[in-house]
Amino acid sequence: MDVEILSRLQFAGTIMFHYLFPPLSIGLGLQLFLCELAYYRTRNPAWEAAARFWTRVFAVNFAMGVATGIVMEFEFGTNWAAYSRFVGDVFGSALAAEGIFAFFLESGFLAVLVFGWDRVGPKMHLFSTLMVFLGSAFSAVWIVVANSWQQTPAGYHIVWHDVQGEQVPRAEVTDFWAMVFNPSSVDRLTHTLVGALVLGAFFVASVCSYYLLRGKHEAIARRCLSIALPTSLLFTLLAAATGHDSAKKLIETQPAKLAAIEAHYETTDEPTGLYLFGWPDAENKTVHFGVQIPRMLSLLVYNDPSRPVPGMDKIPVDQRPPIWLPFQTFHIMVGLGTLMLLVSAMACWSWYRGFYGRHRWLLWTIVVMPVAAMTANQAGWITAEVGRQPWVVYPSVQNGVEMMGMRTADGLSESVTAEQVLGSIILFGIIYSLLFAVWIFVLNQKIQHGPESPEELTEYKRRLQRKSMSETIGHGGTAYGGSLMDEDSR
Amino acid sequence: MNYELLTFIWFVLLGVLLCGYAILDGFDLGVGILHPFIAKDDTQRRLVMNSIGPLWDGNEVWLVTFGGALFAAFPVAYATVFSSFYLAFFLLLTCLIGRAVSLEFRSKVQSPRWRKAWDFGFFASSLTAAALLGIAGGNVMAGMELGPRYVYEGGLLSQIYWYPLLVGALTVSLFAMHGAIYLYLKTEDELQARVRRAIHPLFLTFAGLYVVVTLATWLHVPHATENIANYPVLWIVPVLNFLAVLNIPRAMYLNRPGYAFFSSAMVILAFASLFSVAIFPNLMLSTIDPAYSVTLENARSSHATLGTMLIIAAIGLPCVLSYTVIIYWIFHGKVKLDPHSY
Repeated sequence: MDVEILSRLQFAGTIMFHYLFPPLSIGLGLQLFLCELAYYRTRNPAWEAAARFWTRVFAVNFAMGVATGIVMEFEFGTNWAAYSRFVGDVFGSALAAEGIFAFFLESGFLAVLVFGWDRVGPKMHLFSTLMVFLGSAFSAVWIVVANSWQQTPAGYHIVWHDVQGEQVPRAEVTDFWAMVFNPSSVDRLTHTLVGALVLGAFFVASVCSYYLLRGKHEAIARRCLSIALPTSLLFTLLAAATGHDSAKKLIETQPAKLAAIEAHYETTDEPTGLYLFGWPDAENKTVHFGVQIPRMLSLLVYNDPSRPVPGMDKIPVDQRPPIWLPFQTFHIMVGLGTLMLLVSAMACWSWYRGFYGRHRWLLWTIVVMPVAAMTANQAGWITAEVGRQPWVVYPSVQNGVEMMGMRTADGLSESVTAEQVLGSIILFGIIYSLLFAVWIFVLNQKIQHGPESPEELTEYKRRLQRKSMSETIGHGGTAYGGSLMDEDSR
Repeated sequence: MNYELLTFIWFVLLGVLLCGYAILDGFDLGVGILHPFIAKDDTQRRLVMNSIGPLWDGNEVWLVTFGGALFAAFPVAYATVFSSFYLAFFLLLTCLIGRAVSLEFRSKVQSPRWRKAWDFGFFASSLTAAALLGIAGGNVMAGMELGPRYVYEGGLLSQIYWYPLLVGALTVSLFAMHGAIYLYLKTEDELQARVRRAIHPLFLTFAGLYVVVTLATWLHVPHATENIANYPVLWIVPVLNFLAVLNIPRAMYLNRPGYAFFSSAMVILAFASLFSVAIFPNLMLSTIDPAYSVTLENARSSHATLGTMLIIAAIGLPCVLSYTVIIYWIFHGKVKLDPHSY
């Protein structure tokens, strides 16, 4: 295989693995913050027990996100050196801003969040939780900005540099804010963040519903559900709204992607329909087993059910993305989104009527929902990234001037060989498989162990206080943990 | 602001980020290297690991931010350095992942075999990471086989020869000593006594390698001393370096470990400054033809980007420093185990 295919496989694999963790960190961060806010307002130890429990789950996930995230940052340089030289001026600044504004914030306050329970007061702890949540959200902001700029570049010009007698082009920033708020960043950012929040809400709802099914930790589970279920409904609704905005934007910025996700091969004079599902066939330019709602795509895109949407035939042959994969992932994302919306509406209704927990099938449905949310997040990402091929940086028009783009194939490192890339794929394949197994194993252990009961927690804190008083008198030390809780329970 | 000045400021700022990384992650890498030899039982191992528990993650962010800043300020250097060190960097990434998960997962299961496996992972990945950082530094110092248009023409094997290996060994010994002094500050009683006994041989090893590497650089890297020869005021850097090294045993003898830790941090700072002085104005020297070198001038971003980034840094760095101080202050004092420990 050649370097290009291998490098693309490597990037797709490492980023999809990485993308398992940050959305869960963001979503769980908000749930954790809400739990702690409830504790701060009520001072009810049950809320504290819940917050301490979600902190432990959060920490396991966060460590995985950090560990796999560093890989992404280095891969631009290792595998995509030509790309890095072309866009470093633009893309690098967003990446550096992420480091300085987001990473320091989240990793610093994570220490207080995880290790600070008995060292700082509830107010400082609540503040640290908020900072960790905001930090992870800022991180998403800068990454999505950087990615959106590649899809819909703005605020730059192309400058030719003389490199040892050869003219080499480079994208350089002319307007920083136009670069940050490029045509697609806000839509894509809100959709991405909401997707993460949906995942977090369903994750908490899933674990709590599992406790109800097993008859364990019911009091704490019901408390957390009172936060998780309404937020899951709110965010699935927002996901639908922001997703619609993102898709609508495509007709202006990336018509090829729009044609690909709908397998719209030929432009006709008729209004365009929307496929519910199907099996695109590139050779015959048709969709097998397709079920279509007539006029729907025209309506969604133009708010006009009679105006035809341009198809793939309007795109030059050498600039067409593959169709089958974006089509399927897009429909999986939309289908799962609709499913999640229905399920959370149903769950909220039964919660509101006071019979949540009586129907085991509904509980089991909620238990598996995080898988649906995770799949939808991944599918959305594949749609966005495969749908923009063959471009790594889209060509665009700035102030009436056509700007060159960069093809994925032209972004590779010249000095890297296929064997090296293959070696790194094998190395990371082994490491990531191991990590995934360990992550599932440890997460399962945390969930099976569950939160402490409010009584256990109160007793633990009483001992802690006694101990720290005697220590303060004895050697002027500070307060440290007792032995009531299992030392390895974190 | 003038483009040349802005470029120089970014060169310095990158140095600051790299120093921040080496000083902070230096001690937790050192703790990782030492922990199998220092701790005798499971409680002591946990004490050693938890001495860096709340801090290592934030320390590593300095490296991540260094990477991002290099990408933004000197994209050509970023692309060239990372693609040249392809396999070395993937190994380094493996080690960083290994460290993160060994710490996180070690205490999650009550089984001696599980813990032994993660202990080994923590040790091996800390050692290899420290060595790789040194090897990469040694290669950049000595220059690399860069061909036309900044394309690296050497292979992995041309990066592994005596000089970078020596620098790698120096880095390992430096971090181990730095980590030992840190552990001395964070521990008590029997464990602290054992750490104390380790500091002396660690210092001697480091000092020996320091002399050897200084001589080796003199002989092998002729351009390293050019800047110092041209600007004699720069002699202050090696002199301060030498004094800081000597101050470590003196401070330990005076029983002022905090002062010793400060000195070893200054040794790292001085090494980083020496490195910067030696390579300036190149970022990566070509051993094939100096015309192919990656320099500050041909690697930098546009004037506008460097300016914007400076504003970002001016807003961001004070925030970073203030909460770094807050967090180190919250977790000051001797390490104890509690239910939230690793």
